[in-house]
Amino acid sequence: MNAVSVSRRSFLAASLAGGAALTFEAKLAFAAAPGGAEPAMLGVFVSIAPDNTVTILAKNPEIGQGVKTMLPMLIAEELDVAWSQVKIQQADDDGAKYGPQFAGGSMTTPLNWLPARQAGAGARAMLIAAAAQQWGVPAASLTTSEGKVLHAASSRSITYAALAPVAAKMAAPDLEKVPLKSPKDFKIVGKPMKGVDTPAIVRGEPLFGIDAHPPGMLYAAMVKCPVISGTLKRFDDAAVKKEKGVLAVVPITDGEVAAGKHNAVAIVGDSWWRVHKAREKLAVEWDTAGFDGYSTNGYSAMAKAMLAAAPAADLFKAGNADAALAKAAKVVTADYAYPFLAHATLEPQNCTALWHPDGKLEFWAPTQDPGTARGDVAKVLGIDPAAMTIHMTRIGGGFGRRLMSDFMVQTACIAKALPGRPVKLLYDRTDDLRNDYFRPAGWHRMTAGIDASGALVALKDHFITFGANGKPMRAAAMLASEFPGPALPDVHYGVSYLKTNVTTGWLRAPTSNAVAFVFQGFLDEVAEAAGTDLPSLMIMTLGAPRQFPSSDPDEPVFDTPRARGVVEAVTKFAGWTGKRSTTAGKGRGFGFYFSHRGYFAEVVDLTVADGQITIDKVWVAGDIGSQVINPLNAEHQMQGAVIDGIAQALVWQPTEQKAGAVTTENFGDFPLIRINQTPGEVAITWVVTEYPPTGLGEPTLPPVIPAIANAIKDATGKRLRSLPLSLA
Amino acid sequence: MAISLTVNRKPRTVDVEPDKPLLWVLREDLNMPGTKFGCGAGLCGACTVILNGEAVRSCQTALSDAAGKDIVTIEGVAASPVGAKVVEAWTALDVPQCGYCQAGQIMSATALLTATPKPSADEVTAGMAGNICRCATYLRIQKAIAEASKAISGAAA
Ligand code: FES
Ligand code: FES
Repeated sequence: MNAVSVSRRSFLAASLAGGAALTFEAKLAFAAAPGGAEPAMLGVFVSIAPDNTVTILAKNPEIGQGVKTMLPMLIAEELDVAWSQVKIQQADDDGAKYGPQFAGGSMTTPLNWLPARQAGAGARAMLIAAAAQQWGVPAASLTTSEGKVLHAASSRSITYAALAPVAAKMAAPDLEKVPLKSPKDFKIVGKPMKGVDTPAIVRGEPLFGIDAHPPGMLYAAMVKCPVISGTLKRFDDAAVKKEKGVLAVVPITDGEVAAGKHNAVAIVGDSWWRVHKAREKLAVEWDTAGFDGYSTNGYSAMAKAMLAAAPAADLFKAGNADAALAKAAKVVTADYAYPFLAHATLEPQNCTALWHPDGKLEFWAPTQDPGTARGDVAKVLGIDPAAMTIHMTRIGGGFGRRLMSDFMVQTACIAKALPGRPVKLLYDRTDDLRNDYFRPAGWHRMTAGIDASGALVALKDHFITFGANGKPMRAAAMLASEFPGPALPDVHYGVSYLKTNVTTGWLRAPTSNAVAFVFQGFLDEVAEAAGTDLPSLMIMTLGAPRQFPSSDPDEPVFDTPRARGVVEAVTKFAGWTGKRSTTAGKGRGFGFYFSHRGYFAEVVDLTVADGQITIDKVWVAGDIGSQVINPLNAEHQMQGAVIDGIAQALVWQPTEQKAGAVTTENFGDFPLIRINQTPGEVAITWVVTEYPPTGLGEPTLPPVIPAIANAIKDATGKRLRSLPLSLA
Repeated sequence: MAISLTVNRKPRTVDVEPDKPLLWVLREDLNMPGTKFGCGAGLCGACTVILNGEAVRSCQTALSDAAGKDIVTIEGVAASPVGAKVVEAWTALDVPQCGYCQAGQIMSATALLTATPKPSADEVTAGMAGNICRCATYLRIQKAIAEASKAISGAAA
């Protein structure tokens, strides 16, 4: 088991802790609420008002991935109402009532595709039952349309609103048995729907965590230990307490728990600007002994030394890779590397909490994983998880950063010191970039053997990552079943661990965003040595239709026909000929990756002039199963993910660490991609297969990174093997 | 000392430190949290407002420098004919993903199209390069500016 599976399980465990059943077939909780009240609740997600307005609860955190629109679309479809009569409300965190509520792993679609539709269909069944009772006709003789029940034989119709009070008292139907629409009858799913919050966003309405403002709210800024994992020794708040607006100073030493390791002293007052400014008056001493040795350069030097030695442990072994390499017609070897990266969500980390005088804790939190946060806060503060209310705000970017609970634990610690007063903790940009759960750096020594026919027959990878006690840190693992290992007779993936004091975590398409670059970049070298191109090598290596199980039991199988499907689709879409570029400075590259249950192949055209790389166009072919739920948002997510990948390949700079401390300041030394670096076009094509739909937030991202590296090779002859890619 | 300024056509007076950035005056003292904090260093554009017709970073604008000036924020941008077209195009194309940068994007686009109703591609890039979108909604931002530009020229014709 590796860290990826641990994390995925922890999402699941967190949700299960809430009492909801959780498998792909699991139903969302569905209980008839006490009826009679207006508007009437049908199950836990749907309520119908007397004016036939249907309010649907959106249960998952909205980080810009579009789930606040998408999940209600599924419910509305099967409820059979017009989208125009639907109002959407964000649910609070309540896993027992609503089922899993995290935004991670691109899992919302696969986990909810069936249950959300069943929830809508269940509510519809209750309305039909109420109409059947009222009219004294068999339920089977009734149909529905746009929020009405119809009886064709008598030409009668009645609105859902008129039925709702009675329907709400009906027995909850067996969701396994409620009929679901055939996809050809979908009226909402598969149609382009705008984001439910778009009108409020363009009006500047307060939607985000940073905008939360319960009455009487105070503001908090933190002085954080400059070295992650360092601890608070002592502080003197006499001077800071004299500053205008400062009301309290609260040490936060939550230690190891809840992804702690982020000791701090919080300054609380009547204005964030004031308390933030007052930070310079705080006298504080930290214990950072033992962490001086951790630095960016130090990690690289140690990794290089480790690469030359044998791996500390095996990850995957088949046949005898060394023997196969010894007799291979050609051997290719190369070292790849990628750096630590912060998430840099545009909304800095923040959270608002109120410690009620009765000991109950109320949050307004931009969290991607409220269920886990609830457990973490309960553990650190020693309170009952049930004594907590978590209101989920809209989130100004997640990218995996807000799967962590640190900012909620910290806010809870501050709020506890000031019972009865809501407090908003806000990081400044430097706090945010330095106290991240970083995408861990990694190094790979790749060696491949090619036989006389040009086939890839043997592969070795020595992977240097971060870990302790023989276990990878969070988001620092690689799947033992990483393709093409399972397709080859002789393979050896080995791993060695470096130590670090910083916290690591999930960055959009975690692991994949790094490993795709390494494997698809290296396979492009193998293809070149074998006298072919990467799409052809991929198709040869995928071989006959077959399925490779994942080394992680929670992860899906790798299906070679689906992989082949997107490789062929994108080469056709982009007019890929396999010929090398003949125009100086122009290059074309290919990349494939399977992650988060989605199969994606991408082609990049780029131009290199004076060492500057410009992405001209990107073609994407994706297979996420049978249905794209909201094509308007799907296109947007994919374009965003491609540009995010371009940023990681070309724009983002490594998060630097010196003497234990992360030194990144702001968007000057951690530049994000801007409009002038955006490709002219991102063209998308779908490969529709019969599999249940899966998520889109992440799997588009990984392939573009190797596609860019491979295109640079095509344009310049230079093989770049280290991120960010630079010709300087 | 109380400082007076005009925000979205309304006279406002605030009595806080004159070096307090306009961003925090808007968010904390005037209860207008539409203007966003991203970097506090003039690097991201999330805090963009229009001051006497020009897009400025409110995190870099001291209250004292805004004294007596005419400020437009996201909460009031649709009141101007150009702002209304920009907001309309943004909605029609569903530009936001997370939405956090979009107030700043809309303010910069409005300032750009007010000064240059038919911007070239390079002018769009120059006018918008100070605004980061971490979700990378740039392709739709470009389209929305083109649509708004068309709508503005159409309305003027
Ligand atoms: S917050 Fe002002 S430019 Fe970033
Ligand atoms: S929409 Fe998320 S930062 Fe722009």
